[in-house]
Amino acid sequence: MHISEGVLAAPVLISGVAAAAAGCSVGLRKMDFDKTPRVAVMASTFFVASLIHVPIGPSSIHLILTGLVGIILGWASFPAILVALLLQSILFQFGGLTTLGVNCFAMAFPALLCYLIFSKLINGKNQSLAVIAGFLAGFCGVMLAVIIIAAALAISGEQFITVARLILIAHLPVMIIEGLIVTTIVVFLRRAKPELLKGVV
Amino acid sequence: MIYNDFTSGDSFIHRFDPRIKILIALFFSIITALSNKIPAILSFFVLAIILVLISKLKFKILFSRLTIVNIFILFIWFILPFSYPGKIVFHIGSLQASREGLINALEITLKYNAIILCNIALLSTNPIFQLTHAIRHLGAPDKFVHLFFLIHRYAFVIFDEYKCIRDALRARGFRPKTNFFTYRTYAYLVANLLLKSYERSEQVHRAMICRGFTGKYWVLEHFALKWRDIFVAITIFTAITTLAIIQWMKIL
Repeated sequence: MHISEGVLAAPVLISGVAAAAAGCSVGLRKMDFDKTPRVAVMASTFFVASLIHVPIGPSSIHLILTGLVGIILGWASFPAILVALLLQSILFQFGGLTTLGVNCFAMAFPALLCYLIFSKLINGKNQSLAVIAGFLAGFCGVMLAVIIIAAALAISGEQFITVARLILIAHLPVMIIEGLIVTTIVVFLRRAKPELLKGVV
Repeated sequence: MIYNDFTSGDSFIHRFDPRIKILIALFFSIITALSNKIPAILSFFVLAIILVLISKLKFKILFSRLTIVNIFILFIWFILPFSYPGKIVFHIGSLQASREGLINALEITLKYNAIILCNIALLSTNPIFQLTHAIRHLGAPDKFVHLFFLIHRYAFVIFDEYKCIRDALRARGFRPKTNFFTYRTYAYLVANLLLKSYERSEQVHRAMICRGFTGKYWVLEHFALKWRDIFVAITIFTAITTLAIIQWMKIL
């Protein structure tokens, strides 16, 4: 999920950079050097997962998994997502340098919120609560990201309000599919490797 | 699929100091993103095209990349003219397209492509080792430098792993459709990737410790700033700054 270059207003871009920088500096400080390989390899996995296209009717969507990124990477979501976005812009020319801040914040902040809110339930003893929390993490991860992106567009100019609205509506099915996929992954990992869901940082 | 097609090549831009390339790309992107006059934006667009021409990239790949990333821009052209209030130029049924809306859409298209072209010429032409080395010199924190290098490195490894699972699914006759079975299958695919990666990350960590990892990114070849690099850098920076001044001092 991206906002393109050349669309947003200066104040929005600057706030994005400030917010992302703050998040990244906390994230990096909380991440010990010993954790870098783990954060990196898990982040690479999410990078690859975002290349997977899932069919929806005649079209397809790519996985975002913001909520799951948060659950697994915790505070390290910020620097990990920043690097992933940088790589996307270098390798595929999706997004560029000036929107890095806004785009990083739009993905990493929801990830972090999902971690703070749902991590306990997902790792709890109660299986059905974990299933619900997994769905909500997947759903809210995308929802919050879309809301931040729509807000960034709407603040940048009145003419973008229609675009923002369309983006919100278009992502509704995405939120549901992400919810289903994340909760399935959560159930699987609770059985196969519970410590993976504890959050790296 | 995730291979960078623009690093191979032998042009002046490819040999240019990556540290300077990053700084120019950053400066260029910021000034272009903040521009709001068509003549200024157009000149940045031309400047970006010149950079791409100097770097002698394969036109076919370049063109296909630009087409893909311009799909979003197409979407803008369908909406902006009709949602921007202003002088009506034409209408389709009850939808009225405004002049200001069309101009705004044109501005965005030019800015976007200028920045993308500049990024291709200045960022995508660097091998990842050099980029990592350069961001370290430009003051990125050590942990960030490691993340950058390792995430790139393992994205390729895990992508191969993903291809294996995908091919296995295909061999068993899996056809993705819009149903719960497909979504569950993809969920298990990602879960398996995560599982494998988690175990791999332990191996990577142990291997790094065995090799005496203390948190420093070592490099064998160091950058050497040449006079030619400095000269070209000053020329480009001056060009961008002049355009910015002309634009914002309302000389245009």
